[in-house]
Amino acid sequence: MTHQHILVLSGGLSPERDVSLRSGRRVAEALRTTRPDWEVSEADVDAGLLPSLRDHRPDWVVPLLHGAAGEDGALRDVLETLDVSFVGSQSSACRLAFDKPVASSLISSTGIAVPEFVVLPQATFRELGAPMVMEAVAERIGFPMVVKPTRGGSALGVSIVHTAQDLPPAMVSAFAYGDTAMIQRFVSGTEVAVSVIDAGDGPRALPAVEIVPEGELYDYHARYTAGTTEFFCPARLNTDTTTAAHDVAVTAHVALGLSDLSRTDVIVDDDGIVWFLEVNVAPGMTETSLMPQAITAAGLSMGEVIAAFIAEER
Amino acid sequence: MSTPDSTGANSTGTGSTSAGSRLDPWVDSYATRAKNLSASAIRALFAVASRPEVVSLAGGMPYVQALSMDDMADIAAQVVRDRGPQALQYGSGQGDVALREQILDVTAEVGVQAHPDDIVVTTGSQMALDLVTRTFCDPGDVVLVESPSYVGALGVFRSYECDVIHVAMDDDGLIPEALQEAIDTARAMGKSVKLIYTIPSFHNPAGVTQPAHRRAQILEIAQRAGIAVLEDDPYGLLGFEGAPPRALRADDDQGVIYLGSFSKTIASGLRVGWAIAPHGVREKLVLAAEAATLCPSNYAQLTVSQYLATQPWREQIKSFQEVYRERRDAMLESLQAMMPAGTTWTIPAGGFYTWVTLPEGLDATAMLPRAITELVAYVPGTGFFVDGQGSANMRLSYCYPDPDRIREGVRRLSTVVEAELEIARTFGTANGTPGSLSASGESSTPAPDLA
Repeated sequence: MTHQHILVLSGGLSPERDVSLRSGRRVAEALRTTRPDWEVSEADVDAGLLPSLRDHRPDWVVPLLHGAAGEDGALRDVLETLDVSFVGSQSSACRLAFDKPVASSLISSTGIAVPEFVVLPQATFRELGAPMVMEAVAERIGFPMVVKPTRGGSALGVSIVHTAQDLPPAMVSAFAYGDTAMIQRFVSGTEVAVSVIDAGDGPRALPAVEIVPEGELYDYHARYTAGTTEFFCPARLNTDTTTAAHDVAVTAHVALGLSDLSRTDVIVDDDGIVWFLEVNVAPGMTETSLMPQAITAAGLSMGEVIAAFIAEER
Repeated sequence: MSTPDSTGANSTGTGSTSAGSRLDPWVDSYATRAKNLSASAIRALFAVASRPEVVSLAGGMPYVQALSMDDMADIAAQVVRDRGPQALQYGSGQGDVALREQILDVTAEVGVQAHPDDIVVTTGSQMALDLVTRTFCDPGDVVLVESPSYVGALGVFRSYECDVIHVAMDDDGLIPEALQEAIDTARAMGKSVKLIYTIPSFHNPAGVTQPAHRRAQILEIAQRAGIAVLEDDPYGLLGFEGAPPRALRADDDQGVIYLGSFSKTIASGLRVGWAIAPHGVREKLVLAAEAATLCPSNYAQLTVSQYLATQPWREQIKSFQEVYRERRDAMLESLQAMMPAGTTWTIPAGGFYTWVTLPEGLDATAMLPRAITELVAYVPGTGFFVDGQGSANMRLSYCYPDPDRIREGVRRLSTVVEAELEIARTFGTANGTPGSLSASGESSTPAPDLA
């Protein structure tokens, strides 16, 4: 392919800004290595972005924004409006995928197992009385449960709650990241992330990555402190379960109408059932992130994979 | 922990023999003390605080723009042109002797008289903190610190595996009775108390200042107990009214190790600080300094020396005082006008910071993501303790943003606190414990280059 100007977007104003900047730098470097003939530049998402898109229009944008604006489709909506080509899913698909309850309901309707959950805005607790609402939720979902913001990543605001006493602070933590929380039954088992890529030849799963954090939760600390979490890639699953996990990820990718790349996080319980947890439209690409491990295990390089999305004619 | 050897796992599959990876081949080689050096969600939030949309009341960067950059450029040029071979060469581990003499002119402002030989010039006073700690403390030795205390000092004490014990403060700083009690308690437990670390003037982060009578009491307790006082005085000349407070070292040249800095009175980027210590300690500090860095930067030292020799540095300090006083006033007036009832704060008579206590039931660490969303940043109080205290507190700095930005920042912060109060009322989380943002053992304060 002829000379291309690629603009990698990272940063933004979300709590995952730091992660995004690291993902962006890594992907930009990988692209420069793979395609020295391309011009690869990097930019933050701020008031300077639109003038720069106008004055030095890139052939392709690689959005590596995490969190709201990056993954909720808003930025991609703007790129679509400007008719700028970009890697990854279209804004309409992002809107579905980024909202955990919406994505979970959609995935559940395809027959995939999704742990039972309820979704409650902060106002509901205020209007109906938090103690009674929490009691009802606890009765329905049972302990242990996972409390998380409906939107956002890197496990920010996520808690595993074992007792009724721990529920209020967990709710407060989740509401620090947004006005609506998802309270979900905790499924114990093997935590696995399955990345999916589609370079025009149909979506395919990369080797599953099994996550074994030191503590109970694969939280921010465990995600971004090298050495605190042990990864197995491919995951230590038998053939049938591996296939099932791959199928869940590919099904999620297709059902949500995602493009190019995604990462689906699942739990394999003690009976071998694969439970869908969430899907990421802008998977982390840092040194400790999951998708780069899957890419390596597949015998690919990050630069090749991203460049393939760009080279593909659509 | 997951259980990989369950039904779905570990049997005949394709990848069942794959070895695990922790992505860092050296993870088993690190020292125990490196365990605290880890990623933290709180620290990551500060990445957003550096964006111009965010009013940062979190950083501690001095307002170096108040300096004349033309004059600083001339000084740098003079140093290289006139004394280049010296400036660009190794120097003495103890520091440039001419600069050490000039430092005594500066410390005279806080009543400290000494001999140039008593001074060790360091790469910022942070390095002096490190040298003193490595000289005095074995793992497990007790360092008594204020409640709260300077996060950079806590980091040093932790890295040498000290047993850090917090001693209560009030609006007059360290409480002598509490200090005595802490010494007695530690000794009763068979512990060796090596240092009393204090920031007596315009405290970071508490914003309070010890009055003279309290300084005398603290010195008396330390002398009686035979424990060295580590006096950290970076803000001593940045008072907003009257003469600078008299340093502890001014009244005890054998029991006090005094740390000073040009970071706030000239420029933090030069990284020039110093320690004044009794001769035996000073000898060890020089040798320790040589082991650590060989010598402080000659270029930076000669720049400071030239600045002190040719510039009206006392006038410049007055101009810094004016800048910071105006900003302090903007902050205190805004807090008074806008913060919800039940919020309290200290009234700093100098320095960079005020220490805010939130209404009962609020947790400053848990609230930080909401503040970042509302485009205002602060440092949660837990970062200034090693023992989990400080969840109801935050440090607000007024050193860097201009008064209008400070007012806007406090306005945003007040809406964040209002919203958090509503959440606390809804969930009844009085004394609520933080959830996933728990700060314990992680770095939860910003890097030095945050505005």
